[in-house]
Amino acid sequence: MMNTESRGLVLDENLLFEQSQPGRVGYSLTGLDVPSATPDSRLVREEITDFPELSEVDVVRHYTRLSTWNYGVDSGFYPLGSCTMKYNPKINEAVARLPGFAHIHPQTPEALNQGALELMYNLQQDLGEISGFPAITLQPAAGAQGEFAGMLMIRAWHEANGQKRHKVIIPDTAHGTNPASSALCGYDVITVASDGILSKEAVAAVMDDDVAALMVTNPNTLGLFEADIREICELVHQHGGLVYSDGANLNAMMGISRPGDIGIDVMHFNLHKTFSTPHGGGGPGSGPVGVVDKLIPFLPVPYVVREDNSYKLEYNCPQTIGRLKSFYGHFGILVRAYSYILSMGGEGLKRASELAVLNANYIRARLEGEYDLPNKQRSLHEVVFSEDALQNDCHTLDVAKRLIDYGYHPPTIYFPLVVHGALMIEPTETESKQTLDEFCDALLAIAEESKNNPELLKQAPVRAKVQRLDETAAARKPKLRWERV
Amino acid sequence: MDFPKDLKYTEEHEWVLVEDDIVTIGVTDFAQDQLGDIVFVELPEVGDTLEEGDTFGVVESVKAVSDVYAPVSGEVVEINEALPDEPEALNNSPYDEGWMIKMKLTDSGALADLMDVAAYQAFVEKD
Repeated sequence: MMNTESRGLVLDENLLFEQSQPGRVGYSLTGLDVPSATPDSRLVREEITDFPELSEVDVVRHYTRLSTWNYGVDSGFYPLGSCTMKYNPKINEAVARLPGFAHIHPQTPEALNQGALELMYNLQQDLGEISGFPAITLQPAAGAQGEFAGMLMIRAWHEANGQKRHKVIIPDTAHGTNPASSALCGYDVITVASDGILSKEAVAAVMDDDVAALMVTNPNTLGLFEADIREICELVHQHGGLVYSDGANLNAMMGISRPGDIGIDVMHFNLHKTFSTPHGGGGPGSGPVGVVDKLIPFLPVPYVVREDNSYKLEYNCPQTIGRLKSFYGHFGILVRAYSYILSMGGEGLKRASELAVLNANYIRARLEGEYDLPNKQRSLHEVVFSEDALQNDCHTLDVAKRLIDYGYHPPTIYFPLVVHGALMIEPTETESKQTLDEFCDALLAIAEESKNNPELLKQAPVRAKVQRLDETAAARKPKLRWERV
Repeated sequence: MDFPKDLKYTEEHEWVLVEDDIVTIGVTDFAQDQLGDIVFVELPEVGDTLEEGDTFGVVESVKAVSDVYAPVSGEVVEINEALPDEPEALNNSPYDEGWMIKMKLTDSGALADLMDVAAYQAFVEKD
């Protein structure tokens, strides 16, 4: 049953500034037992007006109450398309808290740091095995920095070959960060239209010897596998270009298809999506990059190598694009991802991908008809509906807001742009059939409400702590600072 | 939806007003309706040179961020300086207060590729 009949208090909470009481403090100091002295006036800070004066319990209650307003993957279903909000197993947290990992200093000498280096080396090897690439850098701080690193390596490779190319081809079903990463590396972006799936002909129409790379997201943002990718890679390679694959959706194909085997030259991973490390406020992210042999000389430094039976950080790479991140990337996240890979095992990772695809297709099958499905090709780990079947001038935004009343985090909306009023649902493999059914029941009930009671959708959320917000006014005239009225 | 007869239109949903060798450019009523409430507008600098197809600005709504493309080649001679502070003009008055830039044409030949109002209306209905 949907838990729409539940009752409970949602406690209101003012800002700390509004709770301030003159003279209230959260500490108690003993009396001064040395002579008082007046510091030089240059050392005395100005008084901060309206700085909150509070006790310890005021502060603890404030933040604890605010935390009860949170909605996270530990509190409920979070089908945010493209973001892969899978459950993060707690064993990852237990492993990351082992003192040898949690308390290690980044400048500990290599000889005393072998366990941490071995973990990084093994993770490089495992990610290589999963993706089909011979070398991996763990350094990038998140997916977009992984894209940037990959495009820098592509540029460095062309320059080492004495070539200055100016263009990158990106289909309209790629992730929104792809054009930004290309532009940041100085490339002109050529957008190509796809019919859900990118065709070899569409690439051929814009491919020439000035194209540095094709940048493709596979599976793409419609949740569709790029079926012609092998032929497209051959075409790009014939013109001397490289192929970058955004691996943010690797969750759909672990153990089934390896990008390194089908002609991709560079790919980034999102450990915080595919490999169950926390994100969405609980981050940080981590965006390792895998490359083919010819790009290895350009990898960021350092990376971990094994010599005899010990591990060391390799810095001696004359053609490297340099360092992208202080120290060695987000080490604590690497520990969690490695914990996930080991606890799942190869068969477990494959099963995770199969269930991610099954779950998305189950939702697709239950909602198609009541919700318009513009792309009918076989989809993988996410499904994208349009708003075209909604009645009575109800829109995707109204459906998303009404879902809050049913107790769910809304899916991604209005992305990808190629779908009119997109509603992009990614359930992930970690949800049970029971959860999926309850969610589908809610969306079907909302479709019914759009026919019989459209005003309810337009007012939603009506049961949440905060009602429909004026997002336009908030964006046009943001108030970013508290002021006493 | 309003599509003035004296304007030319592009497949990217921009309108173009041609006055001798000066063209005024904005986005159409259809475009603003599809985008929803517009909250941010970025314009080029006066003096920028644009080739046909270049991105000359950004329009951000509560739903999406969209590039705006130069329908012709030329030099930017004037921008609507009030627009970044009043982005709602693009919603309320797309053909008047919501104009974006004026360009001095380098090649009037490209104008022949633009749609007239009947062709644009047919394009929008098909879209």
